[in-house]
Amino acid sequence: MPEVITQDGQIKADQWTLVERPAEGETIELPTGPAIIPADIWYANKNQFAGRDDVGVWLESHDEPGILADSVNDLPIIAVNFPKFTDGRGYSSARLLRERYGYKNELRAIGDVLLDQLQFMKRCGFDSYALRADKDIQLAAHCLNFFSQAYQAATDTNEPLFRRRVS
Amino acid sequence: MYVYDEHDRQILAERVAQFRHQTDRALAGDLAEDEFLPLRLQNGLYVQRLAPMLRICVPYGMLRSDQLRRLAKVSRDYDKGYAHFTTRQNVQLNWPALEDVPDILAELAEVEMHANQTSGNCIRNTTTDQFAGAQSDELVDPRPYCEIIRQWSTYHPEFAFLPRKFKVAVNASELTDRAAVQVHDIGIEIVHNDAGELGFRVHVGGGLGRTPMVGPVIREFLPELDLLTYLEAVLRVYNRYGRRDNKYKARIKILVKALTPEGFAEKVEEEWSHIKDSPTRLTPDAIARVQSYFTEPDYAALSNDPETLVAARSEHKAFDKWVTRNTDAHKKPGYAIVTLTMKKTGVPPGDVSDLQLEHIANVADRYSFGEARVTHQQNVVLADVRQDELYELWQAIKPMGFATANLNTLTDIICCPGGDYCALANAKSIPIAESIQRKFDNLDYVYDLGDIDLNISGCMNACGHHHVGHIGVLGVDKKGEEFYQVSLGGSSQRDASIGKILGPSFASEHMPNVIEKIINVFVENRTDEEAFLDTYRRIGITPFKERVYA
Repeated sequence: MPEVITQDGQIKADQWTLVERPAEGETIELPTGPAIIPADIWYANKNQFAGRDDVGVWLESHDEPGILADSVNDLPIIAVNFPKFTDGRGYSSARLLRERYGYKNELRAIGDVLLDQLQFMKRCGFDSYALRADKDIQLAAHCLNFFSQAYQAATDTNEPLFRRRVS
Repeated sequence: MYVYDEHDRQILAERVAQFRHQTDRALAGDLAEDEFLPLRLQNGLYVQRLAPMLRICVPYGMLRSDQLRRLAKVSRDYDKGYAHFTTRQNVQLNWPALEDVPDILAELAEVEMHANQTSGNCIRNTTTDQFAGAQSDELVDPRPYCEIIRQWSTYHPEFAFLPRKFKVAVNASELTDRAAVQVHDIGIEIVHNDAGELGFRVHVGGGLGRTPMVGPVIREFLPELDLLTYLEAVLRVYNRYGRRDNKYKARIKILVKALTPEGFAEKVEEEWSHIKDSPTRLTPDAIARVQSYFTEPDYAALSNDPETLVAARSEHKAFDKWVTRNTDAHKKPGYAIVTLTMKKTGVPPGDVSDLQLEHIANVADRYSFGEARVTHQQNVVLADVRQDELYELWQAIKPMGFATANLNTLTDIICCPGGDYCALANAKSIPIAESIQRKFDNLDYVYDLGDIDLNISGCMNACGHHHVGHIGVLGVDKKGEEFYQVSLGGSSQRDASIGKILGPSFASEHMPNVIEKIINVFVENRTDEEAFLDTYRRIGITPFKERVYA
C-alpha cells in the first residue's frame, strides 16, 4: 500500500488511486476503490460525481482552481500536481482553494514532491503530501517543521509576525 | 538601523540549521544536484568558474561596524581575505568551500546577517537610496518600508519558486532616484496624494537583462497600509501567469508587456480586491514599530562650512577636490554625506580586502555613528560625517585607497566580476574597466567632463547595469573571442532610459580609444551647462557613430 504524509508528519496508508487523463477521444475508466480524477472531467460530469466520497479531483499546475469554486466542498479530496518541484504555481492554487473558495477537506500535493518544499506546502494549506518515491519518508516530519514561526500570514495563520509583535 | 528581536533571531537560527541539514544531505548524495541547486541559490550560493561564490545579503545596503568586522573575519577565515561589493548592495565571497558555508552562515547570524534569497527564482534583497535618512529631499525615510518588505518576503511560502528572480526597489526622493526603481521588477516611489496622505506609486515590469525595459506605472497611488497586500497580489498574478517555458521570457516584464500594463494592472486589481483586507494588511502600529529603529542618530548642533573645513580646503587642493566630488549635502547643518570610492585604478571595482573592511568599520565608528552603506555603484557611504572632521577622515581613508575623488565620473565605473570569476559571463569586464581608467588618468580632465555613468557587464544578465549607463559596455562572445558592444544614452535616474546600441562590437584592445572618441564628440558639442547625457539627448547617436566608425 502506498503511503502519504500528513501535515503533522505522520505516515499513513493511502487509499486513493490517481487516474491519469484519458487519451483524446477515450472515456475515463474508474478503478475499484477511491479515485482522484482530472478536475475538468469531474466538473463536466458533476451530476454523476458530486457528493461521492470516493471520487476526488486533481489539478494540473496551470489549471484554474476557480473552475471548482462553487463545488469545492462537494469533494472529499483535491490534489494539486507539481510537474516539477521548481514549478511554484501549485502554492498559489492551494491558497486560493483554501482562502478564496473555502475548501475544507483534504488538499494533497502530488507529483514532484520533495522534502525541502514540504514546509511551504504546509503553510499554503496542503495537509497531505505524496512524497516522491525515492525520498526518505522518515525525514518528512523533520522537514515539515524546520521553522517554529513565520513572518507572513498564509493559510496556516492569520497572525503575521508584525501583528503578533504589537498585540 | 533595524535590530533583531527574539523572533528574527529564532527564525534565522532555524534557517541556518535547515541549510546545514540540506548541505549535509547534498554532500552525502541524498539530494541530487538539480534538487540542491535552488536550495543553495536561495541561500546565495553559486558554483562558479573557479569555486563556489557566496552572496551575502546586506538589506537595503545598511551595515553596522560589527557586521563589517565579521565580514572581514569570515573573508579571512574562509576565503582569500577579500570580498566584493555587488551592484545590488550585497557582498560576495569568491572562494568559500561548500562544506564551510553552514559555518559561515552561523558566524554571520551572530551579527544578524545572512545570505537569504540573494539568488534563485524568489524575491531578492530590497534595495533603496544609499543616502536614505540623511538627504534633505526625501518625503520620509524609505528604509522602514524596505525592512517591512524584507520581513514579508523572507521565506514567503507561496513565492519561493517563481518563474524567475524578482527584485524590488524603493525610492523616497522627488528629485533623484539613486535606487533605479524604474528598472526593477517592482519599483516603488513613496509619494503624497493630493490629500497629503502618504502612499506609493507602483511601477511593475522594469528590468535589465536580455529585454531591458523601463517599468510602467501600474498604480498611481497605493495607500500606505496596503503595501504588502498589493505586493502579494502582484506576485500572485506573476507566479500564476508568468511564463515558465522559456527562461529568457520568464521575468515579469514579459508578462506585463504581453498583457499590456493596463491589462496587467486590471488582473492585479482583481486579485487585490479579494485580499486587500486580509491579515497581511499593515497596521499603523506595525509601521511605527519598524520606523522606531530608524530614528536620527545623536546629531550635534553645528553649522555648515566650519572654519576648519574652509581652511583645509584652501590649503589642500586634493582635499578640496575630494570634498567637491565625493561628499554630498546632508539634511543637518554641519554634516556631510561621504562616499568612499572603491574604484582605484588597478583594483577590480567593488573589491575590498579584509583589512580594508576593518578600516571601513573603524572610520564608521569614529566618524559616522558606526554605520556604513553599500551603493549599487559598488562604493561605500558614510552618511553622517561632521564637516569639521572631513579633513581628518580624508587623511584616514587615503592610505586605504578609498579617497579617489572620482565619484560619478567617467572612471567611477560600475563593473560586474565578469569572465575572470563568473561562470555566466561571455567576456571579461574588469580589464576593460582598468584599461579605460588608465586612459583617463588625468583627474582634472575627468572632472571637466562632469557626471558620466560608465557601466560594464560581462554578459546579457546585465549585473553591471550596462543598459542604463550613459555609456554602456556589454561583453559578447563571437566565435570564442571576446568583443564589446557599446551603447549610449541610458539612465537609471528619474528620467530612466535604455541605452541605444552604437553599432558593431569592438575587440578589447580598441575599447579605450572607442571611449575616447565618444568623449571627444561630447566635448566638442557640449554647451556650458550640459552633462554628457544632455548632449547625447540633444545631438543624438549619429555624430558618435560617425566618429567611432570613421
